[in-house]
Amino acid sequence: MNMLTDAAIENALDKTPAREAVKMRGSDVRVFYGEKQALFDVNLDIGENQVTALIGPSGCGKSTFLRCLNRMNDTIDICRVTGDITLDGEDIYNPRIDVVELRARVGMVFQKPNPFPKSIYENVAYGPRIHGLASAKNDMDAIVETSLQKAGLFNEVKDRLHEPGTGLSGGQQQRLCIARAIAVSPEVILMDEPCSALDPIATAKVEELIDELRENYTIVIVTHSMQQAARVSQRTAMFHLGNLVEVGPTDKMFTNPEDKRTQDYITGRFG
Amino acid sequence: MGEHTVTSFDEDLAQIDRLIRDMGDLAGVMTQDATRALLKSDNALAQRVISDDTIMDAKQRDLDEKAITLIGKRQPMAQDLRAVVGGIRMASDLERIGDLAKNIAKRVGAVGESATPRSLTHSIDAMAQMVLVQVKSVVERYVEREADALTKLRDEDEKIDVHYTSVFRELLTYMMEDPRNITACTHLLFCAKNLERIGDHVTNIAENAYYVLTGEQLPVQRPKLDETQMMTSAG
Repeated sequence: MNMLTDAAIENALDKTPAREAVKMRGSDVRVFYGEKQALFDVNLDIGENQVTALIGPSGCGKSTFLRCLNRMNDTIDICRVTGDITLDGEDIYNPRIDVVELRARVGMVFQKPNPFPKSIYENVAYGPRIHGLASAKNDMDAIVETSLQKAGLFNEVKDRLHEPGTGLSGGQQQRLCIARAIAVSPEVILMDEPCSALDPIATAKVEELIDELRENYTIVIVTHSMQQAARVSQRTAMFHLGNLVEVGPTDKMFTNPEDKRTQDYITGRFG
Repeated sequence: MGEHTVTSFDEDLAQIDRLIRDMGDLAGVMTQDATRALLKSDNALAQRVISDDTIMDAKQRDLDEKAITLIGKRQPMAQDLRAVVGGIRMASDLERIGDLAKNIAKRVGAVGESATPRSLTHSIDAMAQMVLVQVKSVVERYVEREADALTKLRDEDEKIDVHYTSVFRELLTYMMEDPRNITACTHLLFCAKNLERIGDHVTNIAENAYYVLTGEQLPVQRPKLDETQMMTSAG
């Protein structure tokens, strides 16, 4: 009788485990807004060249955690962060860290598309210019073009680069913001509900883009759409009342989550 | 498990569960009636099994439609998703059980005409009882959410297979003893094979039900030696 070994079966199913390097790591992260504690001892690794989705009901702390990753919380006076967050093993809350440089390495895309009130070209060129990434005009043109191309927007705007960015449709504006984030060659891109103001077609384009960007960037996305988290991410982290309740491979999180709160949340049984 | 925020979601899921339960009950009745009709040469009962199969098919189509609508409308996740997809698969196995019962029922006339000696049917009767218990319990265990019982139930199929081998051997002996038995025994052999196949579908249902309930797949069963193949090639 012909019997296959378990290894041969795994092989036939192409189940070789993916390489996993940690790009960012949060250890015992606590966040306080004044007296109120918003995050409780969160330990979460962000895998390199992976999309990590942060999910959970409103007020669960997922956006707060996201904003810790490039120190956006610094802009809020009463906000205090303790614990360690590292980027390539380096503590990003170390006083010697240049926050502007950090935010170039860890870029961000927000919920509502927020292009500058400038031309499409200037929206993308702004970052590289202040970071001194291009000296000659030719270099800058090249950066703008590749960034727009990577964001899947170039063909739609190539004939009107000098028209205002605010004149684009919502979906195009969001991709412009992604192009703007990419222009400074970040390593990590944080996205805070990037599709919540977009229609399904624009959403699909952004999701397609996220999938392509994963080749070169590490992405962390906060989303309220379960289906979106399931579609775009490889790992999903579930937050509830400031705690990280479960983190795991996305496929498992959406078919067989372990924590009761995750189950209730993703199946729509939350109080 | 708690209720959904959207209550009509619960109702949609309950409808699918209800159809699985109905189909399970019907599969049990059909298997029972088909074997009874066979053993008692009861043509009227056999006809009922044949018409029951139409109802079985209709219920499966109904379940398929409801499940697909639910997926489209609600995008179920986690245990809900498993219940819907598992439901579709269990329904297709139950529908196949209905077909196999119908196949048994269709042979009733043929076996009856060739005047089956009672002695030939004893071991088939015993096998049918085993299969019937399996068919009836599998959906019950699922509805009662008893995952462990499903594991045991799957392992029970081994006994049916062993029994099938012995029925095969016995019928072969009768045919060698007296060539006049050949027609009846051949029909009975097909019936036994159908019963054995029903057992296999019960195994599939048990595996699916286990997955729906736990989110884990039961370990793969190693391919078993089919002794009847050996006997035919040797004999």
